[in-house]
Order: sequence, then structure tokens, then C-alpha cells
Amino acid sequence: MSEKRKELSVSAIENGTVIDHIPSEKLFLVVKILGLDHFDSPTTFGFNLDSKKLGKKGIIKVSNKFFKENEVRKIALAAPNATLITIENFEVVGKKSVQLPDAFEGIVKCVNPKCITNQQNVVQKFQIIDKDDLKLHCVYCEKFTKKENFEFL
Amino acid sequence: MKNRSLISINDHTKEELIGILDRAEKFEKKPKQHIMPQAVVATLFFEPSTRTRLSFESAANQLGARVIGFSDTSSTSVQKGESLKDTILTVCQYADIIIMRHPVEGSARFASEVATIPVVNAGDGANQHPTQCLLDLYSIRKTQGTLDNLNIALVGDLKYGRTVHSLTEAMCHFNTTFHLVSPEALKLPSAVKHHIKEKNLEYHQYTDLMECIEKVDILYMTRIQRERFTDPIGYEKVKNFYILKNSMLSNAKSNLRILHPLPRVNEIDEDVDSNPKAYYFQQALNGVYVRQAILSSILGVEPEN
Repeated sequence: MSEKRKELSVSAIENGTVIDHIPSEKLFLVVKILGLDHFDSPTTFGFNLDSKKLGKKGIIKVSNKFFKENEVRKIALAAPNATLITIENFEVVGKKSVQLPDAFEGIVKCVNPKCITNQQNVVQKFQIIDKDDLKLHCVYCEKFTKKENFEFL
Repeated sequence: MKNRSLISINDHTKEELIGILDRAEKFEKKPKQHIMPQAVVATLFFEPSTRTRLSFESAANQLGARVIGFSDTSSTSVQKGESLKDTILTVCQYADIIIMRHPVEGSARFASEVATIPVVNAGDGANQHPTQCLLDLYSIRKTQGTLDNLNIALVGDLKYGRTVHSLTEAMCHFNTTFHLVSPEALKLPSAVKHHIKEKNLEYHQYTDLMECIEKVDILYMTRIQRERFTDPIGYEKVKNFYILKNSMLSNAKSNLRILHPLPRVNEIDEDVDSNPKAYYFQQALNGVYVRQAILSSILGVEPEN
């Protein structure tokens, strides 16, 4: 499939953000953690599109939305290879890969039910131990939370 | 460690750990040193303890400090649903340092974040127990003359045993060879094993204690802790897995010493107690000197020489 036809499979937006290179199976997760299922601007989704990088990919185009740092972190944790494309007046004005931080707060639950963050009103704090394999180290209980156990808040 | 909290052994350098052991030696030579008569030490024990609480209180008393606190939450506002944050903020008004044991993992780190005074972790659930670790290091160094290049067997509950987690992480500074002996269900967690792998240290895993007993310098026995099991059948399956008897030690190395954080249930038979290799009761006494070293170091008071 040519690049042009692929672009046409999800309609263009005038102003907003395109999240590209989402693994297909993570598309609905990204929609959910960003709250796009309750968003009021026009939003289009592509699912199972051909991708040289991923085989099958998902794409989200959100009108009138520019993601804040914490939202970009959420995307990075759910889809570490995603690309964010900023559109103004139908033109691409910015394109960047999402970056995983070395440490962050909130976003996912600690896997350990006995951790203070799951017992009292304490915000999660993690260090990312392994950025390739997405392994998180809880600053409080010191247990690892692996990507297969991620439960987004 | 002046004005710093002691939460996890991983927060401290090798030099800092050795500094505490050197300081503890001075207290062993002269335990009664009234060098901090103005200090108020708060011991907050949300979970039962004999040795840790009493040795901290003994350490504080021998330094001339005053002790306040509780050993049972039934007489406190925790029973009324007070959050840990509020309890800690309140106690900060009354004391110079907090010693806390709490069943929830990560509670000590959280307490140190909200507290305005240093916090010492006296055990947070199955996570860390750094002061026990320091007294274990002190006992190992005292009995072996060194901490470097030793073979250490850790036996029993390696999954939930917080003393095992802290000790493993600390011994990673000293080129240790680890012999990890546990039932399949109670193996060392990957987050702890990560430290061994990171340093490229040698480790072996066994289910049979006899496979390594002749190779090691330190045999660190632990209790299978009933209170960490949610499932009583799981506990019944493993509770009698390791029982060390005197007859099992006949071919052990002459410098071998047996350590145990105590309390024991039945994992060391009483017939071992009279063997000169048994060191667990002296180990408990070392806890007082090490805790004197910790309290004085954090409160910035120097021991007499």
C-alpha cells in the first residue's frame, strides 16, 4: 500500500495532533488512557493499517488537541515507539518520537498489592530500570512492575 | 549519615555502611555513653517486635536519650482511622528521630518524605530491614574478620524475608558468592536478584540445604513467616522445609558461623545452640551496638574513643 493511500485511509485534520506508530493492539488502550473516548472534538482512529515498522499499526488524529507532558508520558508507556505529529493549518509543523522519562509519578499502579500506594492515599513513584523492556522500579516498595502488568490509572 | 533517614540499604554507599560498623565497634568497647541526653527518640511499632524495638530502646537509653512511642496501635489514633501521614506529622512535633516498623511495604520511604525529622526503617512489610542488615554485616565481619570474598548461604523464606533482601543487596558490595536455598515457592524476588546480576556476582540456587553446607562461611537461616502468607495451605506446605540439626554440621568449614535474625520457630534445632558455630544470640546483642551507632550518626553525635 502506498504512503498516499494510507494517509487517505484516515482523514486529514486542520489543527491538532496525530499519534502515529501505535501497535494495533494498543490503540484502544491509548484512546482510553488519554480519555479520548470522552473527548468532544472530532477524532479519527485507524486500526490494522499496514506499517513497515510495526507490521500492523494504529493511528489517532485528534483535532484541536496538543498533548501535555504527562499525557505524552502516558502514550510513551503504552506505546513506546509512537510518533507525535503536530498539525497547524493542514501542515505538519512538528514531528517527534515519544520519550520515556527516567522517572515519573502516577500513571500506572504498582503491581504489589501490599505497597503503600495501593493502601493509602499516596501517589505512585517509579524509576524506569529498563527502557527497552519497560521495567518499572517502585520507589516505595522497591518491587518491579513489568509492562505485561501495567494497570493504567 | 547526619540528619539523613535510613530507609533502604540501597540508599547508602559501601563506605557509609562500613562507617556505621566502625562506629559500632566503639560502642561494643564502651556501651554506656551518655552522649545524647537531650535527644527524644520515638519508636512507632505498628507491627509486633521483640528484638528490634527493645534493642533500639536499649541503645537509646545507653546513649542517655529519652524514648517515647508505642508497640501496639490499639491504644493510638491509628485505630480511629488516622492516616500514616498524620501520625508521622504529629510525632515530628514531639521527637528528634522516628524509628518505625509498619506492615505496609514502602511505608518507611513515605514516612521519610512527609517527616521533618529523620526516620529509621525498622522493617516495612516484606520489603527492607536496614538496621538488621547492618547488625548482620557487623556479625559477619566480626566472625570472619572480613566482609570480602565470602560464601554466604541464605536459607528459608527468600521471597518474603526482608532481612534477606537487605543483606543480599548489601553483600553485593563485597564480591560475595551467594548460595540461595529455598522451596520453589519462596525463591528470591527478581528485583533483589537484579542487584546480584548487575554486579556479575556468582550465585547458585538449591532446594536442598545439604548441597551447599560444606562450601559456605556463613549460614544465614530464616523463619518461614506465617504472617506473610494469605493462604494457610501454602504455609503448611513449606513450614517444615528446613530444619538445621547439629549432625548436619559435621563436615562444615571450621570458620562457618550460623546467623539467624530471630525469632526462630523450629528451623534451627536446639541441639545446635551449644555448637560454637552457633552465633545467633551474640548476633542479637550486636544489634544494640549497631543501633547506638545508627542513632548517634544520624543525630550527629560522636562516640567516645
